[in-house]
Amino acid sequence: MPLGLIKYGLPGKRRARNPLPSAGRLKPRYDVVIVGAGGHGLAAAYYLARDHGITDVAVLDKGWLGGGNTARNTTIIRSNYLTPEGVRFYDESIRLFRGLSGEFDFNILYSERGHLTLAHTDAALRTMRWRAEVNKHLGVDSEVVDLDGLAQLCPPLNLDRGERFPVLGALHHKPGAIARHDAVAWGYAIAAAQRGVEIHQRTEVTGILTDKGRVTGVATTRGRIACGRVLQAVAGTSPLLAAMAGGRAGGGPRGAGPERPPGGGAGGASPLPIRTVPLQACVTEPLKPFLDPIVVSGSLHVYVSQSARGELVMGGPTDPYELYAQRSTLEFKEGLAAPMLALFPFLAEVRVLRQWAGLADMTPDFSPIMGLTPVRGYYIDAGWGTWGFKATPVCGKRMAETVATGQAPALIEPFALERFAAFRQLGERGAASVGH
Amino acid sequence: MKILDCPLNGPRNISEFACGGEAIEMAHPDTVSDAAWADYVFGAGTARGVVREWWFHVPTAYWFIAERDTGTDEVLRTYPASELFGPGGEAGEGA
Ligand SMILES: Cc1cc2nc3c(=O)[nH]c(=O)nc-3n(C[C@H](O)[C@H](O)[C@H](O)COP(=O)(O)OP(=O)(O)OC[C@H]3O[C@@H](n4cnc5c(N)ncnc54)[C@H](O)[C@@H]3O)c2cc1C
Repeated sequence: MPLGLIKYGLPGKRRARNPLPSAGRLKPRYDVVIVGAGGHGLAAAYYLARDHGITDVAVLDKGWLGGGNTARNTTIIRSNYLTPEGVRFYDESIRLFRGLSGEFDFNILYSERGHLTLAHTDAALRTMRWRAEVNKHLGVDSEVVDLDGLAQLCPPLNLDRGERFPVLGALHHKPGAIARHDAVAWGYAIAAAQRGVEIHQRTEVTGILTDKGRVTGVATTRGRIACGRVLQAVAGTSPLLAAMAGGRAGGGPRGAGPERPPGGGAGGASPLPIRTVPLQACVTEPLKPFLDPIVVSGSLHVYVSQSARGELVMGGPTDPYELYAQRSTLEFKEGLAAPMLALFPFLAEVRVLRQWAGLADMTPDFSPIMGLTPVRGYYIDAGWGTWGFKATPVCGKRMAETVATGQAPALIEPFALERFAAFRQLGERGAASVGH
Repeated sequence: MKILDCPLNGPRNISEFACGGEAIEMAHPDTVSDAAWADYVFGAGTARGVVREWWFHVPTAYWFIAERDTGTDEVLRTYPASELFGPGGEAGEGA
């Protein structure tokens, strides 16, 4: 055995770092229980401890830390949305993201590349102009660029006028970025655990306990826990968990048999209008760095960025119908390849390395649902569909504030669940249906 | 799911179909409460288990009903909408 190994490796000299202590046994009671140890749940736990001094918190996950959509997304971070409410919200997230590596002392590989949304039709160009104006008005750096501008920003892009759907221009959003998704989850987890938060993996919540319209605890596969406040942050399975907090009251069942999400109508419980649909993505073998910006085509339904490792991370729209299964399909790959080759013809020689799916929790207006619910003490963070990774810091921070004060701060108030009953939707489809 | 058994055209490739969402009864816009109307318009969240859905065979413009498990993607049965909504159908008043 080499001498150096004995000299430096033996315990007592330099101990291996174990930043995430094992959580041990569940306590019978916590102040706050957070369901879902994805980026959102972990961030909320961190800000509860950091900003509000609330550390008697358990984060529960049926699987492993960050194993849901957090580890499956294509990590696009941007704030070039369509509604002022959305732009303001995502812009705060970008400002938080920029400071995270320093705050955690842990590199999340935050990389600002610029984000291009290509327009192939006059109508698309009009939407880009609209987004640019809303963005600029709110101090967000977005502008419409023409073909010359595009050729400079992204030389490998095929701008041939002879294509079936030639590129006409693009929305250029300079702050557009990618980051390492796992590191974001781990960074929040470690920082939260250091402040006393307990993270319990392989602990599934199977029931929400309520008494006279107030939450009193949760039932789990490891026993019951009493608590005064619950935050649900489970993305793709949001309808199922919400159903445990209050079943479809009145209006009658929509069909017998399946597990039912909560419904509105006579009983007063609000519906959770979330459709769960698989969303797939894939990466190619690593290539030399050649693609700096993130490139999205809403008209062709594809997007691509190049990771720090050189892989091309590619995705498209959600699967065509509702399903709770994280399986990959050939149809997705086929549907992706043709438009991708129209944008970058030389990729025809490149092989796909991995393909996977996550479960997107889609709302009717392509905006998230955050805030209070009809059950007192039960808070909701859902409807993140294909766009929630970029919101991890801001949502965590603002949901922590909501849980701590019992009130939704002004920034997220427009995203309340009750907006649907009042027909106050926040239409983001034009800015969110493909460009996640 | 790769193949769907269309009641009109027989087994066809799934890419020929579009899903029309769960087959639920439409609330009457004139008589229903605002809350119930919002519930109908925006829909309830996806249920896990066997649901009854509208499906559309695009090339022949034919709507029908499928019973599909949203957990496994297995289709248990497909049949013409008249079976559900027609005279004698469970959800129909005759038309
Ligand atoms: C392929 C793909 C690409 C995407 N691309 C982007 C992108 O480029 N940019 C972007 O901003 N967003 C993107 N998204 C969306 C983004 O990934 C999600 O919105 C976001 O990660 C949601 O984070 P979360 O923490 O809320 O949920 P998740 O990370 O899904 O965490 C939820 C956790 O809850 C747990 N859970 C569920 N039910 C229970 C229960 N009953 N008991 C205990 N635990 C439970 C799960 O195990 C899971 O770990 C993409 C998504 C996918 C699938």
